[in-house]
Amino acid sequence: MQNSARLDLTFAALADPTRRAILARLATGEASVQELAEPFDMSQPAISKHLKVLERAGLISVDIVAQRRPRRLEPKRLEEAVNWIERYREIFEQNYQRLDALLDELKGKRAKSKRKK
Amino acid sequence: MPKPAEVKLPSDREVRVTRTFNAPRQLVWDAHTQPELMRKWLGYDGWDMPVCDMDVRIGGKYRWQWKNREDGTQFGFFGTFTEVSAPSRLAHEEYFDPGDVGGDMPVGDPCIVSVELSEQNGITTLVCNMTFASKEAREGAVSTGMTDGMEHSYTRLDDLIAR
Repeated sequence: MQNSARLDLTFAALADPTRRAILARLATGEASVQELAEPFDMSQPAISKHLKVLERAGLISVDIVAQRRPRRLEPKRLEEAVNWIERYREIFEQNYQRLDALLDELKGKRAKSKRKK
Repeated sequence: MPKPAEVKLPSDREVRVTRTFNAPRQLVWDAHTQPELMRKWLGYDGWDMPVCDMDVRIGGKYRWQWKNREDGTQFGFFGTFTEVSAPSRLAHEEYFDPGDVGGDMPVGDPCIVSVELSEQNGITTLVCNMTFASKEAREGAVSTGMTDGMEHSYTRLDDLIAR
């Protein structure tokens, strides 16, 4: 999938407060659908619907081996979604720190040639 | 030390980077327009810049190309200057040349890049504004192979520090 399409899915999934609360719960550890349904006072099918959206967005995964099929957080996708702005900053900052060093060097040169005059 | 670069998203298709430099504006301008100076800072860790052609005038062309020191893969940018007013404002239409690195950055449409420099008490403030062809292009721009490569070099650095 194209990176931007993937980001759209992620952001759409994150736009819902219940789904964000589910992610916050899963951040503390994996949980089954039943366990997730309890604190939200929602029916299991309603929770399942939200889980499907989160799953499709790659934000959570299902352990199909374990019998209670626990859901767990996939932190990588969440990082990707918040990180693209940070990556811009990193790329520029790396460059600009090199530019800082170059400018210091140029200022030094200029001061020297002025002294000669 | 100057404050780190600040990134803002003024609209769906824009990215604006603001940074101050502890140097007069003319020097920052020179560092953005003279190839022998640009090579010293513009780029990515582990990449050389064998091509840096600059014809700095309105309608003039430029071409930048980077080459990976380890595997020799290349990519770059090229374009045309649309505004040149030394030492305060430079704008160009920028096209991505994926070379053999690739990535999600669209190739067909240019990104309009402007660099604005202002000086106060010997401190230069730089505002770099990029307007992409689309929201997708804006996000794709940071997911090219080169940024992946950059992350690898960060990881290597982290390894060294951890030892």
